[in-house]
Amino acid sequence: MSEQSRLSLSELQIDALTELVNIGVSKAAASLRELVDQQVLLSVPRVTLVSRADAIEILGNSESRGLVAVHQMFEGDITGRALLIFPEINSLELVRAVTGGGLPLEDIIELEQEALAETGNIILNGCLATIANMLQRSLKMSLPEILRGHGRDLFNLAPQPEAGDVVLFLYINFAVRERDIRGYIAMLMDMPSIEALTGLLDEFIERTAGGMASEINAPV
Amino acid sequence: MSFQVLIVDDSKLARMAIARAMNNLYPDWTRLEATNADEAVALAQKQSFDIALLDFNMPGRDGLQLAAELRDLHPGISLAVISANHQTEIVSQAHDVGAIFLPKPLTEPALGQFLTQVKHAKGQS
Repeated sequence: MSEQSRLSLSELQIDALTELVNIGVSKAAASLRELVDQQVLLSVPRVTLVSRADAIEILGNSESRGLVAVHQMFEGDITGRALLIFPEINSLELVRAVTGGGLPLEDIIELEQEALAETGNIILNGCLATIANMLQRSLKMSLPEILRGHGRDLFNLAPQPEAGDVVLFLYINFAVRERDIRGYIAMLMDMPSIEALTGLLDEFIERTAGGMASEINAPV
Repeated sequence: MSFQVLIVDDSKLARMAIARAMNNLYPDWTRLEATNADEAVALAQKQSFDIALLDFNMPGRDGLQLAAELRDLHPGISLAVISANHQTEIVSQAHDVGAIFLPKPLTEPALGQFLTQVKHAKGQS
């Protein structure tokens, strides 16, 4: 079996994962809205499972300039890294939004790390906690860490998993109304975690839509 | 009397979950499904619906825009917009088009409560 086909998720598994991400990010957006006191707009999430190289290329094609990321590790039945990524030029604008504006530039620069970590924590923790709850598993999250660089730096963090990993690229755009802020969320998981995830997704599908199985293959 | 219910969500799993809950609550009501606003409007132009359950975050037009269009087509329709995104702006826009905001993940009791209210409002106990 080729690497690619071992990785594939069924259409319904992708659908279920997309829906989980959608619910997780929507809840996180509502929390972020309280923090920045402005409406947070979300795109419809697109979930793709890609290799590390493809993820770097996808990100490189849409973002040629420097990026900043909030990085958190998660551990449990599934283990991996979650990244909230946005263009570095958005960074100070995000801090302004979070701190409510009115602060002198030097204070904003001083608060940057903290504000980024806090925002990342709200979005990534909110998103992962919702997904973990809905999968009925618990995940341990590390503290947020700020990274700067390009896609290849963000997707090549040490230590690299022995089993090889794939990037679950959750491509969701968020934007803060009236502020020039947008970003992406990505998750990196190794092969055993992806396998565990597919099992958890099947259980989730059964709990959510069990008994409607006869309609699974019905035309949409 | 059985009601005609329109379910609109781009996620197949979400539609299956609603269908399952509806099956448990009101198996004799008629359900039709659409995956986006265009499909939903096309269905609503062909027949009338008593109730529409609309996902908020969908490709193309979102559930709030769709709610307004369905309201124009069928002024008496009962609408629910379903989302985990309970930002004030979205909840109040839902209320502005006369829709109830229901949180995602949608539970059977929450859906049941909405449907009971609709039944009462439409004069059935």
